[in-house]
Amino acid sequence: MLKLEKRPQPSRVFAWLTPIFAVIATMIAGGLLFAALGKNPVEAIRTIFWDPLFGEFAFYYRPQLLVKGGPLILIAIGLSLGFRAGIWNIGAEGQYIVGAICGAAVGLAFYPLEAWYIFPLMILGGALGGLLWAMIPALLKVKFGTNEILVSLMLVYVAENLLAAMALGPLKNPEGHGFPGSRNLKDYPSAFNDEIITGTGMHWGVLTAFLAVIFAYILLNRHLLGFSIRLTGEAPRAARFSGVNPTRLILFCLGMSGLMAGLAGLFEVSGPSGQVSIDFNVGYGFTAIIVAFLGRLHPVGILLAGLLMALTYIGGELAQGNLGLPSAAIQLFQGMLLFFLLAVDLLTNYRVRFAKSEAA
Amino acid sequence: MTGTLISIQGLTKAYPGVVANDTVSFDIGEGEIHALLGENGAGKSTLVKMIYGLVKPDSGTMEMRGAPFAPPEPRAARAAGVAMVFQHFSLFDALDVAENIALGMENPPPLRDLAARIRTVSEEYGLPLDPYRTVGDLSAGERQRVEIIRCLLQDPKLLIMDEPTSVLTPQEVEILFETLRKLREEGTSILYISHKLEEIRALCDTATILRLGKNVGTCVPRDTTARQMAEMMVGSELQTPKSAGAEMGAVALDVAGLSMPAPSQFGTSLKNVHLELKKGEILGIGGVAGNGQDELLLALSGELRVPRDAIKFAGQPIGHLGPNARRALGLLCAPEERLGHAAAPDMSLTENALLTGAVREGLERNGFLRWGKARQFAEDIIAKFDVRTPGPDNAARSLSGGNLQKFVIGREVLQRPEVLVVNQPTWGVDASAAAAIRQALLDLAARGAGVIVISQDLDELMEVSDNFAALNEGRLTAKRPTAELTVEEIGLMMGGAHGMEVAHAEA
Repeated sequence: MLKLEKRPQPSRVFAWLTPIFAVIATMIAGGLLFAALGKNPVEAIRTIFWDPLFGEFAFYYRPQLLVKGGPLILIAIGLSLGFRAGIWNIGAEGQYIVGAICGAAVGLAFYPLEAWYIFPLMILGGALGGLLWAMIPALLKVKFGTNEILVSLMLVYVAENLLAAMALGPLKNPEGHGFPGSRNLKDYPSAFNDEIITGTGMHWGVLTAFLAVIFAYILLNRHLLGFSIRLTGEAPRAARFSGVNPTRLILFCLGMSGLMAGLAGLFEVSGPSGQVSIDFNVGYGFTAIIVAFLGRLHPVGILLAGLLMALTYIGGELAQGNLGLPSAAIQLFQGMLLFFLLAVDLLTNYRVRFAKSEAA
Repeated sequence: MTGTLISIQGLTKAYPGVVANDTVSFDIGEGEIHALLGENGAGKSTLVKMIYGLVKPDSGTMEMRGAPFAPPEPRAARAAGVAMVFQHFSLFDALDVAENIALGMENPPPLRDLAARIRTVSEEYGLPLDPYRTVGDLSAGERQRVEIIRCLLQDPKLLIMDEPTSVLTPQEVEILFETLRKLREEGTSILYISHKLEEIRALCDTATILRLGKNVGTCVPRDTTARQMAEMMVGSELQTPKSAGAEMGAVALDVAGLSMPAPSQFGTSLKNVHLELKKGEILGIGGVAGNGQDELLLALSGELRVPRDAIKFAGQPIGHLGPNARRALGLLCAPEERLGHAAAPDMSLTENALLTGAVREGLERNGFLRWGKARQFAEDIIAKFDVRTPGPDNAARSLSGGNLQKFVIGREVLQRPEVLVVNQPTWGVDASAAAAIRQALLDLAARGAGVIVISQDLDELMEVSDNFAALNEGRLTAKRPTAELTVEEIGLMMGGAHGMEVAHAEA
C-alpha cells in the first residue's frame, strides 16, 4: 500500500522539481484531453510549446512572450509578497483595471500637449490607482476584520463596471464617432508606452517587471521586512512574538500588490492595448495567481512561470487558429497546470513509501 | 496482589529510523498500580498504544490472564477490559457530561439511565460530577473525571492513565489518588505513566523503567529514592541544578495593577496583577494551566499592549511598547509553545535565531539582514546549549522537543537579558535537558538578571525559585519565599481544588 510520511523538513529538491513534474503531467493530461477532442495530441502540444519559440513564425511570437509575460510577472510578484505572509489578494484584476483607468486618465487629461513628464505622471497615476483600490480591502481588514479574499474579489466586478462606465462616459474618445473606448494612446507619442528596443516586445512594463523581480528577491532574502513577511506566513504567532506589526504588514502587502497590478494595467493600456475599452482586461490579474504559485512564490520562479504561462497563451491562440481547438480547452489546460502543481506539491512535505498497512 | 493480569513478552516496535520498543517484557499484577517511567522518547506511549490496540507490535506477544491478547483495534482492547485516559482529553465543550460519555459508548443506554449510572459511579469513587453540566464550564480536573468515569463505566480490568496529574492542583491530585487506591482495592489494575517521581513513590506498587525503548529495570518505588529512579531513567548520574545564591538588587521589573481583557474567547483576563521582581531574583509563578499564564507572558513580552504605566522596567514605563522596544531595553521572553510561537517550525535555526535576536545581537543594519552574523549566533546557541542538530540550516521542526527548547531558552539567555520571562521552560523536555535549562536560569540570576519562571511543574518551581506566587483565574497572589512554603499552602495559593472539596462534602 502507498503511504505518505511527513518529512522532517521540506525537501528543497522537490520544491524545485514539482513545477517541472506539474508541467509534464499537464502535457500528458492535456494531450489526452486533446486526443479526446479528436486532435493529434503530439501536434497540439508542439503547437503550444514549440512553435511559438522555434516555429516558422517564431520571429513574430517571441516578442509576444515578453508582452504577455511582463504584466503576468509584475502582478504575480506583487501578489507573492502577500501570499508569502498569508494575505490573499485575489482582486489583482480589479487593481489592474483601476490602475489602467487612472494612468490613462492622467495621460488623456494632457491631450494634445506633448511633454516628457506626461508618461512618468501616468506611471504615478497607474501605481496610485492600483494602490488605492487595494487599500479598500486592506483598510476594511485592518479596521473591521473583513475577509480580504472576498472584498478584493468583489471589487474586481466593481472595477469592471467602472471600466465600462469610463469607456462609455468620461474617457470616451470625443472624436470616436460614438464608438465606446478612449482615444488610442498609440497615436499620442507622449503617452505611448513604446518598445524600448524595436521588435523585441520589450516595453517599459516588461522592464518594470524585471526590476520588480530583483526588488522582491532582495526584499525577501536580504531585508528584515521580507523576513517578517515570510515569518508571518510560516508562523503568525511567532511573527507577533518577534515584533512584527500585523496591521502594517497587511497594509504593505496589499498595497504593494495593488501598486504592481496598477502599474501592469497602466503599461498595458498605454502600450499593447492602447485604449481604455470595455473589454480591456483579459484576466491577467487572475492568471497571475497561477503564475505566483507555479513560481513557488519565489521571484525567480515567478519570472520563469510568467514566461511559461505567456507561452501557453500564445501557443493556445496558435492552436485555436491552426488546429481549431476550442478556447475553453486551452483555459482548461492552463487550469490543469495549477491543479497538478498543487497535487505534486505534496511531495515537498511528504515522502511516498510502499509499506504494509498498519492497524489503525 | 494475586497473580498476573497482563504479561508482556518481548514486544518490539520499530519505526523508520528508530526502535521505539526493543523486546520489552514485564508483568502487570492483578490489583496493582504499576508505574511506567521514562524520559520523552523512551517508548512509553508506543508501548501503551500496543496494549490499547492502537499500534500493532512487530514481534512479541501479550497475554491476559494466561490467554493470548493481541487487540487489532482499541474497540477489541476495550472489550477485553482495557480502558485508557489520555493526556489530552477528547471531549466536546458544547455537550454535557452525559452526552459526552454516551458518544464514546458502543450501545449507549437512554441518557436518563446513563446519567443515573454516572451519578452512582462518580459518588462511589469519590469523584462527584453532575451529568448535566456542560463540559465547556468544567475545570481541567473535572474534565479528567469525565474521562475517568467514561472508563469506569466499562468496568475495566486494566486502566491506563497517561500523565494524569499534569493538569491538577495538589489537592486534586490527592482526590485522584484516593480514587485510584480505591480501584486497586477492588482489584482493578492500573498502568500509570508519569515522570513525577514523588507521585509514583506515593502511589505505585511497582515501576518499570524504560530507556531508549528498552526495559532497563523494575523497582519498588517506595524503597527507591526519586534520585535513583531518575538516574535509571537517564542512564547516568543526574546533575542537580545549583544556585549560586546571588544577592538581590534593585527592582528590575514592576507590574502594578495590570488588568487586561482576554485576548480570545477561550482566554483568561488578567485582573489587577501586581508583581515586583528584583535583580538576581527568580520568581516562580505556579498555577493550573489556563489561569492566565499565557496572557501574562503576552503582556510582558509586548505582544499585547497594556496601559503605559502598568509595567515598569527599571523604573521606566514600558506597557505601551512592542516586543522589539522591550528587547532593546533588556526584557526578553520565551513563550511556552515552542513550535509556532517561540519558533517558526519550517524555518531554519539561523532564521529562528534572527526571530528574536535581530535587535540585541545586531543581526540587521538599516533593515538589511546580516546572515553571516545570524548564522554565527545560531551556531553559538547550538554550541553553548548543547543543541543536538546537524547544523543551523536545519528546520526547527526537525529538532526534538527538548533540543528545540534548549535552543529557544539559549537564544534568549545568550542575549544577556536584564529580565527573562519563561513559560513552561521544561515542558515535555527530558530530565537531563531540563536540568541544563534550569541551571542556565539559575546562572542567569546569579549574574544579576531577574528571572520569572511560569510553570505548572511545582517540583521545578521549588527547585529554582527564590519566591513563589500563583495565578488563579487571572489573579496573581502576593509572592512568598519558596523555602517557607508547604505543599498545602501552595495548593491554597493555586486556588484550592476548585471547589472540589465542597462537591466532595455534598456527595
